[in-house]
Amino acid sequence: MLDTLLLSRIQFATNISFHILFPTISIALAWFLVFFKVRYVQTKQPVWLRAYRFWVKIFALTFALGVVSGITMSFQFGTNWPGFMERIGNIAGPLLGYEVLTAFFMEATFLGVMLFGMKRVSPAVHTFSTVVVAIGTTISAFWILSLNSWMQTPVGYEIIDGVFYPKDWFTIIFNPSFGYRLSHMLLASGITASFLIAGISAYRLLKNDHKHAPKLTLKVALTVAMVLAPLQAFVGDLHGLNTFEHQPQKVAAMEGVWETEKGAPLLVFAVPDEINRTNHFELAIPNLASLILTHELDGEIKGLNEFEGAHPPVKPVFYGFRVMVGLGLLMILVAALTRVTLWKHKHLPAWQLKLLVVMTFSGWVATLAGWYVTEIGRQPYMVQGLVRIDELVTQVPSEHVLYTLIGYLCVYALLLSAYIKTLFYTADKAVEVEEYELNPPMRGENYA
Amino acid sequence: MLSSEFLAQFYGALMALAILVYAVLDGYDLGVGILLPLKEKEQADTMIASIGPFWDANETWLVLAVGLALIAFPIAHSVILQALYLPVAIMLLGLILRGVAFDFRAKAKTKYQDAWDVSFKVGSIITAFAQGFMLGLYVMSFEQSMQSYVFAMLSGFGVIAAYALIGSAWLIMKTNGQLQKNAIVWCTKSNLIAALGVISISIVNPLINDFVASKWFNISESLLLLPIPILCLALFVLLHRSLTRYSSVDNIKKSWAPFAIATCIFLLCFLGLLNSFYPYVVPNQLTIYESLADPSALTFMLYGVVMVVPAIIGYTLFSYRVFWGKTQALSYY
Repeated sequence: MLDTLLLSRIQFATNISFHILFPTISIALAWFLVFFKVRYVQTKQPVWLRAYRFWVKIFALTFALGVVSGITMSFQFGTNWPGFMERIGNIAGPLLGYEVLTAFFMEATFLGVMLFGMKRVSPAVHTFSTVVVAIGTTISAFWILSLNSWMQTPVGYEIIDGVFYPKDWFTIIFNPSFGYRLSHMLLASGITASFLIAGISAYRLLKNDHKHAPKLTLKVALTVAMVLAPLQAFVGDLHGLNTFEHQPQKVAAMEGVWETEKGAPLLVFAVPDEINRTNHFELAIPNLASLILTHELDGEIKGLNEFEGAHPPVKPVFYGFRVMVGLGLLMILVAALTRVTLWKHKHLPAWQLKLLVVMTFSGWVATLAGWYVTEIGRQPYMVQGLVRIDELVTQVPSEHVLYTLIGYLCVYALLLSAYIKTLFYTADKAVEVEEYELNPPMRGENYA
Repeated sequence: MLSSEFLAQFYGALMALAILVYAVLDGYDLGVGILLPLKEKEQADTMIASIGPFWDANETWLVLAVGLALIAFPIAHSVILQALYLPVAIMLLGLILRGVAFDFRAKAKTKYQDAWDVSFKVGSIITAFAQGFMLGLYVMSFEQSMQSYVFAMLSGFGVIAAYALIGSAWLIMKTNGQLQKNAIVWCTKSNLIAALGVISISIVNPLINDFVASKWFNISESLLLLPIPILCLALFVLLHRSLTRYSSVDNIKKSWAPFAIATCIFLLCFLGLLNSFYPYVVPNQLTIYESLADPSALTFMLYGVVMVVPAIIGYTLFSYRVFWGKTQALSYY
């Protein structure tokens, strides 16, 4: 029989992995919608409104999936990780509380107006609602990343009888890794949404949709991707340096460094062997890891052996990091290539459109891989260096956790496939719809 | 820093408010889901349109209620949620199914639309039942016995009826024509079932729980408390009579009245429950004072609450004003 700890961890990982897919899209998609709406207000060109209308439907669906999977997590803190709140609730609690108060209600309420209120409020109020929803999604990211970063780089607390007490809220909220993690995540969202928009727009173009809207959204998305993808490499590097400073054991696992080394090589590929504590099949570039992390060719990188018993499992962190970086580089190349082609030739050849369709969800994969690196990289701790995960688990019988885990897995698999199918189905329907005369909606129109 | 006594009462009151607002708001949209007719496509569309702009924000009150328990009374939160592990998971699956069905049904291929309607209805029923079941176990102090589970099951059906009651009252207010007529019939039926449920819970509760009995049957307090059950019964009767009147006229004035009465019934039942257990947050085990989190953390949260909650109430009212009146067909434009 599997134990409650392992099952609870798998269950929480499943939930949070499923959940993060949707905010990753909706945070940035909300800002794309603001852009489409504002451009429509400025130019009065119906094509911007068409772009808005198409993507607002996808936003609504994405948002709903984010909400329901998020509710699940707020309960799992209590059901599966009672020790979490008993030990660090005084710090985690207010941060989560501020997220609910300052973001959730605002997003959810103005979403109603944004989705269904176009005919019922003035254009200005509608645009305002769209902006508020976008701000809400970003505020939500702010609080949750503050808490997550605090768990990675805890500061501003004192511990009395094992329980954490806040000493300085400003220090807690703006903890040492927060700025890097927040920027990294917001950029990840921007890139994920850009590739999603580009992929679906390319799909419509491949299906001979000759309307102007998909061409326009393709152009906007690729422009954003071309700027954000390289910027992400830069911010990611800074984030890595910050992790190197505060969580050297995580970086050691990312780089596959077992023994403390001066002039450590960058492993392009290797198979880490956790039993013999070494790597096989290394493909290495000499001194590069040291150069990147210390800015010196023979800088020292601490090895995993200095943290025995207190470092993360190496394989998932090591591979996750390579998946993230590899996809990141690929996205930089594809964004640059397609945007430049578009700039030169005003349209993309079929093979480039197909490439974009294939890469529709590349942002999801890269984001998940990145989160696995940072979260598994924190193991075996819940709060880095201070609280181990196995101290916090529930007393619920393991069979119960197994039943619920199976339930969640089935539902999530169903929902994920339904979501992806619906995205492409919505695109298909948009292809079929004839160009229609578009009346800008007016206040009071059809108002019985 | 504020005193722990004040903080315990403040957060206790705020959590109670969040639960009450949740029960009324998500209650009506869950009720609409429970009543969803699977064969009358057009009516189903209107019913779903009537809750479209609101359901998301309604569910957020649940997150706030759970969040407040988590933040202000962390020990109680973990005791309660571990005791309710399986029903919580079942409720969450129900909430997931109905929440997404709402969006999928509008966008999916026609052949899948029926399936999403079923998932919306079934998800709503599961959610309501699980919430009632949990309420029942809570009232039974999480006792693990046959009679406790039987009581919890009855409570589950009671909550389905209560949500159907407020959901149909919502529909009477937000729709007209045939759908409104149907809603009157649904409302009449669920009113009877809900009244029976409330009466039976009120009888069983003091019988099984000495603390509850001591609160309700002590001479000095019971005079003060007597109006709660009497008023509640009177409201059930009043609602029944006005529904009977509505069913015989064509042009209904004051179609908001059933919803207002249903809300008052929810309020009174909630006050009754609150009085039964206060100051316990886990019945017979933990009071709000014993399970309170660190006062300095809660003081920090309090500033946010004082500033933000009025704003939340403000824009919630704004959104109800925007979508005031009878429901229009839902369109994204």
